[in-house]
Amino acid sequence: MKNLFRYILTRTLMTIPMVLILLTIIFVVLRLMPGDPVSAMLGGHAPEKVIEQKREQLGLNRPMHVQYADYIWKVCHMDLGESMVLQQEVTVAIAEKLPATIELTAFGMLITLVIGVLLGAYAADKRRTIRDSAIRLYGIVVYCIPVYWLGLMLQLVFGIWLDWLPIAGRTGPRIFASDFQNTGFYLVDTLLVRDWEAFRDVLIHLVLPSFTLGLTLSGIFVRLTRANMLDVLKADYILAAESRGIPHGRIVYRHALMNAFIPILTMMGLQVALLMAGAILTETTFSWPGMGRLLLERIYLRDYPTIQGVIIVFALMVAFISLLVDIIYAIVDPRIRY
Amino acid sequence: MKYSMAQGLSCPVRFFARMGRRYGVEWWILCFGAAVVLAIILMALLSPLVAPFDPYSQEAGPQLAAPGGPHLMGTDNLRRDVWSRIVFGSQTILKVSVLAAVISSFFGIFLGLVSGYAGGLADRILSLVMDAVYVFPGLILAIALAAMFGPGVLNITFAVAVIYIPTYFRLVRGQTLAIKQELYVEAARALGASSLTILGRYIFPNVIATTVVVFTLNVADAIMIEAALTYLGLGLPPSIVDWGMDLAMGKKYLPSGMWWLITFPGMMISVLALGFTMLGEGLAEILNPRLLER
Amino acid sequence: MDHTETLLDIQDLRVEFPISIGTVRAVQGVSLTLKRGEVMGLVGESGCGKSTLGFSLLRLLRPPGRIASGRILYHGRDIVAMEEKELLAVRGTGIAMIFQDPLTSLNPLMSISEHFVETLRTHEKGISRHDALERAGGMLESLGIGTNRLHEYPHQMSGGMRQRIMIGLALIMKPDLLVADEPTTALDVIVEAQFLDLLQTLRESLNLAIILITHNLGNVAQLSDRITVMYGGTIAEVAPAQALFDEPLHPYTQGLLASIPNIRLEQPRLHTMPGSTPDLVDPPSGCIFHPRCGRAMDICSRQRPPAFLRNGHEVSCWLYGDAP
Repeated sequence: MKNLFRYILTRTLMTIPMVLILLTIIFVVLRLMPGDPVSAMLGGHAPEKVIEQKREQLGLNRPMHVQYADYIWKVCHMDLGESMVLQQEVTVAIAEKLPATIELTAFGMLITLVIGVLLGAYAADKRRTIRDSAIRLYGIVVYCIPVYWLGLMLQLVFGIWLDWLPIAGRTGPRIFASDFQNTGFYLVDTLLVRDWEAFRDVLIHLVLPSFTLGLTLSGIFVRLTRANMLDVLKADYILAAESRGIPHGRIVYRHALMNAFIPILTMMGLQVALLMAGAILTETTFSWPGMGRLLLERIYLRDYPTIQGVIIVFALMVAFISLLVDIIYAIVDPRIRY
Repeated sequence: MKYSMAQGLSCPVRFFARMGRRYGVEWWILCFGAAVVLAIILMALLSPLVAPFDPYSQEAGPQLAAPGGPHLMGTDNLRRDVWSRIVFGSQTILKVSVLAAVISSFFGIFLGLVSGYAGGLADRILSLVMDAVYVFPGLILAIALAAMFGPGVLNITFAVAVIYIPTYFRLVRGQTLAIKQELYVEAARALGASSLTILGRYIFPNVIATTVVVFTLNVADAIMIEAALTYLGLGLPPSIVDWGMDLAMGKKYLPSGMWWLITFPGMMISVLALGFTMLGEGLAEILNPRLLER
Repeated sequence: MDHTETLLDIQDLRVEFPISIGTVRAVQGVSLTLKRGEVMGLVGESGCGKSTLGFSLLRLLRPPGRIASGRILYHGRDIVAMEEKELLAVRGTGIAMIFQDPLTSLNPLMSISEHFVETLRTHEKGISRHDALERAGGMLESLGIGTNRLHEYPHQMSGGMRQRIMIGLALIMKPDLLVADEPTTALDVIVEAQFLDLLQTLRESLNLAIILITHNLGNVAQLSDRITVMYGGTIAEVAPAQALFDEPLHPYTQGLLASIPNIRLEQPRLHTMPGSTPDLVDPPSGCIFHPRCGRAMDICSRQRPPAFLRNGHEVSCWLYGDAP
């Protein structure tokens, strides 16, 4: 146990350089690239004096290394500055939208894992059959369907033609989020106040977006799971379990899947990038009021500090999740040496 | 003429059958992918011949007409022919995605070779930076870059290209490190071969086979990212015909059930990406069966 | 020892592996019987089909391998034709198997106790976790492993210990037949001797029948009542252990015994057999051994020899009988 804590500590310390590099990249992309944020924001027609004033206000006329140090210093203190278009702290705007994105990505990931891992395991068990080929084909095709198009098609079929499910937003017109809003995670909030009607409404609004996100990513997981399962099913302990009369289903879906899941887990850190990219596009398609929508709205408004803040938060999330994945890995696998 | 038509055909047919037997399903995946890609490239090259209408013409037909009659895929709100816009749109997406893949593979391979071969502190730092970019969501980076650069074909190409450099870098650097240790490279160095010779003669040819596969899969990914950016309204001015932009436009008419405006552009993006993916998967299996197992 | 009741009766078993260039006939018509409590050594070069035979006893062949024909009667019931459910019961409680490599035969993510509890609960519905752990602990103790190690993971144990745990897992449901597939190949010499001692003790205390598959004739001599020599997917000779060593009849058995290095260095040179193992996709006609046999006759290349009885040996060779 002591070893585990030491491992978690060192692993946490190891994320710091990665976060610093990501922050630097964001700084470089947003400040050193051609195109001046201020004149871009003011539309290029603004008088020289106004631009100069704005630059000074934002501290953009200071030497680059001072700006960089100031930027890192502020991020370390959770200070992302103030919006250029609204009188609002960037952190406040983000705190408002972040739960929506997390709710969406968590459910999307859940659906991906259930569909992708189970299909992949099933295909590996039935390898070299028609069903295996069909599942492999599903994996490839689904990977090539852009998440935004899948979202639109699901909206068309289930939202317009069949009219079963809502196609936009987190709640319907008769449900007021202010009635229950507390943590920002609407599913949790509605449960906390035991508002079942609102809970149901929130849940059905979540169905299409999370399935859109989950289905598109499931292709990769089908493939990862299948490849890992094929390796694991060749292992001696699978044969040994079979010789002890353990039922086949238990061997495939417990013994083999348990072992195949560890390499999948280590690769999940990388899939998080795809999950977030998918979330941004899904949010746009479903008018889902999350981080992705915030980012794009502020890009159209040229609200430079908010854009920077949102991207920083995405970077922190990536770093945090890869840290989390490694820690889970260390806990799950008894063989790992800390 | 001594050869009949049948004889001329039998040779390639036999070749295909032999390859099919040798590589199984993967060969047919490769062929299918190649056929799709080739068809869409031809469509892009011969756009004016293939498209029945001018893609910009606002007098092509009635407003928002469903598919049928002279309009294979219907018309949009500005009375433009959807099929003609799809045909011309293939030019944009192919140009951007292939060019982006070329640019990123060039920089990625070059940096990977040099960094892996030279080693030292610069290599360590560059690897850290590349790893960080690699784990960061590519789309977000591309959005930021596209927003900074402003609209334009070259701008969006660069925005897409940047996010794939780490993929090539990591692949090529890893292989360079491995090959550098090989005895025949050591021997060449002992015989006085210059670094440039070693890189060019020994390392580069070994690296190129795998990068061909990655390149193809990269184009498939770039296709979806390009369309994603334009779908979000970034990257291209409205004067250019583009599938992603058409999809975004069609989205507005989705609640009124104008299915053809979203179905066809989206389907084309999928099919094109699928073509390149299958081409890559097939190539991977045939060039190196272990490459894609992870 | 009571050697009267037939435990296992293999009748004309054929096992095939369809591959791209043809069909590997790994086992080509093997018939064999085993009595209750009997130890049978199964020897032969690698690739002779001895392991395949062992695996097919529990229908554990990896696809595309399959039993093409024949019967495996275990207590009079045919394993080849068994329903899945009945087969699983036989696998757990009737015939047990241990494998070559103890290092990889335990699930690395499950503790030793979980392995035992799973096996017990599969076959004894309703056994409590506590009782299952008790039984597992008892088993470990009888194998000379402390009960305190019950909750450890496989990677925390040595190879010899893991092989003993494999035995414990195999025997926890008190089967009457143990198939041991080269169980000592991965162990070092000292551990190997201990392991064979253990096997001997268990066999006596449980009246366990054992099929000991090995290429090491030394192991077999120590432990076996009878020895079966396999060559190219067929049985060359079956004989009581002592009789086989004293008077090998089949030319292949003779060659095999002659090629054992003698520890007293009496022989100036090791005997080696000419030729190589047969191609099982396109096996030689007649007796499969005839291309390598120094005493081959005309009939050998034409007709496969049946098993002839001679001095307590069953020997499949035309030297000991005539075509009917």
